[in-house]
Amino acid sequence: MKLAYLALASVATLPLTAQTQLTGAGATFPAPIYQKWFNKYASSSNVQINYQPIGSGGGIRGVNESTVDFGASDMPLNAKALQAFKDKHGFDLLMFPTVLGAAVPSYNVSGVTQPLKFTPEALAGIYLGKITMWNAPEIKSANPGVNLPNEKIVVVHRSDGSGTTFCWTDYLAKVSSEWASKVGKPNASVDWPAGIGGKGNDGVAGFIKQQPGAIGYVELIYAVKNNLPFGVVKNSAGQFVKADLNSVGAAAASTTDIPANFAVSITNAAGKTAYPISTYTWLLVPSKIDDANKRNAIRGFLKWAITTGQNEVEALQYARLPKAVVAAEEKQIAKIQ
Amino acid sequence: MDLRVSRARKATNAVMLGLSGLCTILVIGVLFFILGYLLWHGGKSLTPSFFTKLPKPSGETGGGMANAIVGSGKVLLLATSIGVPIGFLAGVFLAEFSGRAFAFTIRYVVDLLNGVPSIVVGIVAYALVVRPMKHFSAVAGGVALGIMMIPIAVRTTEEFLRAVPNSLREGAMALGATRAKTIFTVVVPAAISGLISGMMLNLARVAGETAPLLFTALGNMFWSHGWLQPIATLPVMVYNYAIAPEEDLHQQAWAAGFVLLSLVLAINLTARMIIARGAASSRR
Amino acid sequence: MATSAYFESGNVPRVRSGFIDRLRGGDEIAYLLTLASSIAILVIVGLIVFELWINSQPTIKTFGWNFLVSSKWDPNGDKFGALPFIYGTCVTSALALLIAIPLGIAAAIFLSEMAPPKLSSLLTFLIELLAAVPSVIYGLLGIFVLAPIIKAYVVPPLVNAFGFLPIFQGDFFGVSFLSAGVVLSIMIVPFIISVSREVLLAVPIEQREAALAVGATKWETTWQIVLPNARTGIIGSIFLALARALGETMAVTMVIGNTPKITASLLSPGYSIAAVIANEFAEASGSLYISSLIFLGLVLFGLTIIINAAARVLISTTAERSA
Repeated sequence: MKLAYLALASVATLPLTAQTQLTGAGATFPAPIYQKWFNKYASSSNVQINYQPIGSGGGIRGVNESTVDFGASDMPLNAKALQAFKDKHGFDLLMFPTVLGAAVPSYNVSGVTQPLKFTPEALAGIYLGKITMWNAPEIKSANPGVNLPNEKIVVVHRSDGSGTTFCWTDYLAKVSSEWASKVGKPNASVDWPAGIGGKGNDGVAGFIKQQPGAIGYVELIYAVKNNLPFGVVKNSAGQFVKADLNSVGAAAASTTDIPANFAVSITNAAGKTAYPISTYTWLLVPSKIDDANKRNAIRGFLKWAITTGQNEVEALQYARLPKAVVAAEEKQIAKIQ
Repeated sequence: MDLRVSRARKATNAVMLGLSGLCTILVIGVLFFILGYLLWHGGKSLTPSFFTKLPKPSGETGGGMANAIVGSGKVLLLATSIGVPIGFLAGVFLAEFSGRAFAFTIRYVVDLLNGVPSIVVGIVAYALVVRPMKHFSAVAGGVALGIMMIPIAVRTTEEFLRAVPNSLREGAMALGATRAKTIFTVVVPAAISGLISGMMLNLARVAGETAPLLFTALGNMFWSHGWLQPIATLPVMVYNYAIAPEEDLHQQAWAAGFVLLSLVLAINLTARMIIARGAASSRR
Repeated sequence: MATSAYFESGNVPRVRSGFIDRLRGGDEIAYLLTLASSIAILVIVGLIVFELWINSQPTIKTFGWNFLVSSKWDPNGDKFGALPFIYGTCVTSALALLIAIPLGIAAAIFLSEMAPPKLSSLLTFLIELLAAVPSVIYGLLGIFVLAPIIKAYVVPPLVNAFGFLPIFQGDFFGVSFLSAGVVLSIMIVPFIISVSREVLLAVPIEQREAALAVGATKWETTWQIVLPNARTGIIGSIFLALARALGETMAVTMVIGNTPKITASLLSPGYSIAAVIANEFAEASGSLYISSLIFLGLVLFGLTIIINAAARVLISTTAERSA
């Protein structure tokens, strides 16, 4: 046993090349692209960034308690939360949009081959627990000719604090007054009127896969890579739109009024081609980093992510950042001191 | 009690005894079906790259858990070097030095600690290590598991030291050895095989712990350098991959489960063999 | 057990010598070192209790005892209540005991009273090995093997036969109180068997011989003589198993469905105290939210301590009586 320990200890203390290791944690929504980025960035630089997808709530908490070097969230922090951070730490928390994504209603309904069409009313009704059968009139009327089974709807939502949930509930609160009054403001976790909870985008996708009759919301890439069918959603212009690079990009493009701290919601955006449940996702970086290595590493990575890194995003079904946003972010990177 | 053996009583006897036998078979059958399934399915999913490669980013197939295997080793090494010395010394104290009342208190508190749910230990390690150090780290995971190792280490040490015959102590003292010398050169060596196997069982028990690592060791996509970085561990990887939707990750979860279980069972078997051999030789 | 330590028991004549001499001999060092370790354990346990207590203050101050009986878990509205989790923990543990007790005791009877000693110790050895299987592995098997089996072969007949009972109504998703209870029962059965068997074996052989001599059948001897004598110890083993079931985290998290709802049906998804901490602790933001989770940890800690203490008392009473 002693020998094994010695061997282990020597592995553990091998003199490795001088590498800067950063820790980030948070949203699962952009985790596929972040892991891809960090993997790629590690091979082309001496910066290793360990990213743990524990949920946006965890990212915000981590950066607030300084247990991680940066957080990641699909939920913009409001002015109050940013001020609270500044009061506690004495410096700012900067938000950097990295990519655009979409939450899609994904389902497991037997005998349905083409993408189902969802109206905002149907989605709100399902998540309020008022529409309980797949062949309910609210779903049927939007899908003429589709043979919807007489099957119970199993609502799946997130059990953890999630920016995907924020995006989803932000949308539902905008389109349904009943949702807004019953469930309230959008948030990372809410008091769900119906359904079962899965942990992370992974957990929700896993449930949808294993559970006939299930519906759940996941980030687009999770539906795509797991071959889960997902529906098209009626946008504010009355068009049924499929979530893809163009429709998500259109939602971002139609929202030009972006505040200086990048806290902007693009759900239910105007425009005929805009997908209504789209969102930016943000990295949360403290404006003051004492360790010069870490500071340079983060600045270098951010610069890379919003420029070169953008070439990777479309392969994973995320939409690129609009040019104006990239330009504004480059200025914000200089604020990290 | 009617003492004549009526036919009805005989029948009851046969039926009830049969039922209890059946229950045993059922329990053992279910348990071994489960284990067999894991070993078969996990063994099938095991590939050489599992031991040599790092995890691939989500969506790409292949990759392994080399970092988690080493990570588990590092966290367990830390846990052992925290839990075993404290537990061992306290066990020596209980067996050799302490008075009744104080020993009662310590034993009671050790039992208390043994009953603390592992997730609660995780919370405390987060509050005591992660938050002040401002980092999820191997150390935090090691502290959590180390605390969990203390109770068994104390009990094992105390029981095995008490089993050492007093004549040995008296002999050493008669030859002029001090108490400390008696304890550490006579008593402890006499109990050493029991102590080692007890500590191995203790290690096996925490090797599979997941809950206390979730928010202490966290996880790592890469190799974790040193002891102050977040670190990947096998049990946490099993959990993360099991609840993921990708079939490829499920396979890796099975493989990791297989490796973890083999490790735990191997330590268990070795420890029990040492104990059995010790018992046999002392009987001779 | 309660014999005092060798060097305190008056067996050793104390040789008077100076402090320095004893220090050189290592006695004082050994004493202080081992004493310090013992005190360190007291400090650690003290710290655990202190950290849990101090960090749950915001919740205790805000909600008071209402926290324990409120069923609202709404992080958005900063409203927290522990009832759904306490309920889930109790239901799954009760279900696990319901399954594990008869099976475990029957198997213990078989192993202690009927099986040949060699077979008995072999089987016990194997069963004890199973107690060493990590809980995350039971969770893995729960998700991919047990839940589908329960869904396909257990629930349909149950619903057919007992569907009129509220506990078997509603939809079954695989993840549920029932699945969690079954997985837990498999995890605790080895404890019940191995402790009960030892307690049964501790019942003096003369009592069995006496009963058999006056013409009782083997079963009557076991049921009327051996079991009553071992009763407290067996109850103790059940309490030990219960304590483990209450605190079990990973396996339950993976199969319970993570839904903070109180429903009568065992087929519904639910939540447990340990599971909600595992899921939400790392990502809870907002001090009241975190504090509520820590308070839940304190509640769980309290529950397991009470149950464990009861188990120890029961087991040691039996041991003393039969000794």
